[in-house]
Amino acid sequence: MGYDLKMKVWRGDATGGDLVDYTVPVEEGEVVLDALHRIQATQSGDLAVRWNCKAGKCGSCSTEINGKPRLACMTRLSTFEEGETVTVTPLRTFPVVRDLVTDVSYNYRVAETVPAFAPEPRPADGQYRMQQVDVERGQEFRKCIECFLCQDVCHVIRDHEENKQSFSGPRFFLRYAELEMHPLDTNDRRALAREQAGIGLCNITKCCTDVCPEGIHITDNAIIPMKERVVDRSFDPVTWLGRKIFRRDQLPEAQVPQARAE
Amino acid sequence: MAAPTGIKSPTRARIAARTLRTDRWWLYPTFTALVLLAFVVYATYRAFVGEYYFAEPYLTPFYSPCVTTECVDGSRHLGTWVGDWWPFSPAVLILVIPLSLRLTCYYYRKAYYRSIWMSPPACAVGEPHRRYTGETRFPLILQNIHRYALYLALAYNVLLTYDAVMAFKSPEGEWGHMGLGTLILVVNAVLLALYSLSCHSCRHIIGGRLRNFSKHPVRYRLWGGVSVLNGRHAQLAWASLVWVAFTDFYIWMVASGTWSDPRFF
Repeated sequence: MGYDLKMKVWRGDATGGDLVDYTVPVEEGEVVLDALHRIQATQSGDLAVRWNCKAGKCGSCSTEINGKPRLACMTRLSTFEEGETVTVTPLRTFPVVRDLVTDVSYNYRVAETVPAFAPEPRPADGQYRMQQVDVERGQEFRKCIECFLCQDVCHVIRDHEENKQSFSGPRFFLRYAELEMHPLDTNDRRALAREQAGIGLCNITKCCTDVCPEGIHITDNAIIPMKERVVDRSFDPVTWLGRKIFRRDQLPEAQVPQARAE
Repeated sequence: MAAPTGIKSPTRARIAARTLRTDRWWLYPTFTALVLLAFVVYATYRAFVGEYYFAEPYLTPFYSPCVTTECVDGSRHLGTWVGDWWPFSPAVLILVIPLSLRLTCYYYRKAYYRSIWMSPPACAVGEPHRRYTGETRFPLILQNIHRYALYLALAYNVLLTYDAVMAFKSPEGEWGHMGLGTLILVVNAVLLALYSLSCHSCRHIIGGRLRNFSKHPVRYRLWGGVSVLNGRHAQLAWASLVWVAFTDFYIWMVASGTWSDPRFF
């Protein structure tokens, strides 16, 4: 059964804006993005909203719905009471372009600073080999759709703009972890994770995990393991001594890669 | 006046509200703060009160091992390590170990950063602090000692297991006794052991630090087991915290004669 949904949608740009009231006819089974499209089609043709796949796989329609970072295409209207007003705003961590569209280029600048995968030389037969258990470990991280909801909710940059200079954010700790745990990679990214990516700024409040639409255990499987690896390298005297005695710090995989220039 | 930062930064969407969340986001930090503060008040009182911590054969975990000359007769299972010069209650010597584990625990960090320090109080709710340096500076950089707190806590768990085993003795010193206190001490030892073993540092040390699981099949299997426990780390953290306080309370009541310990055999 259809009904009239009350919505508040933030309209404006960097010079200012406000929440605008809409009443939109919606049908059973629809999602917030459907309602936004109906506003575009019938009431405000100039409403700016970024979207693409409508299937929770492209990460384009990231917005904040009733204050929570969510994908508009994956938020069913049935999760709200019929009389409830649904408020949709742009991501509040990034500069607004217009209406619900934000400039997420900060994330692409950070991505460029993560040292790329650096595999060891190919064996004589030219074939890289990985065991299934090692492949499976990284699969979870590769589910990331780069919706940047985890970046949006992270209070380190959400509440402190100045930290964007020294903090990469959960999405990129995921990338650091994926590469650090890759059996064929030869780089040691632990020093960079601390000094360049600012993993010490993370205080593990797990909001990134809470909002991830792919259900990736960002905190437990990427950030905390990376923090522990940084402890191995920088804060644990026993592992430091072990590296020195067994000369592990001279192995190829212990070499610190050059940070990519911004 | 300093330039606005965070969600008030000039380039961001101008929304005055600190949060637009409509759910009861304040429930978790409020409840967490209340439980943590209640535990701190209770544990501080019990640690400094210095009495009613031993009811043969039960020794409360807050005072185990009791190793100062001040400890009552029969409670010094491991002998006397510290003389009259120690000015505080024997509990103060010991509680440093579980306290350091819980203070630096990845789960409790989330709990108290959110509920006590409000950094942030909840997801997508603006925090009140103007500056933020996370765990990069003293004193919070000391959170990185967590694995050493774990090592000490694992040794402490051995002592608590010893106490639980000793609780199978009767007050007269004969084996084959079991009372409600025995059961409570056994559950306490099990919960604290599971909490320690489910720790993120333990998971890392056991196998998480490896790049190749396939080259270390035994550690990989152990890592898998610890990972299962790790998924319940928060629940184990709360269960063990509440239970250790309850264990102490039970022994306090038995030692003070408020109630007697029901004996099973």
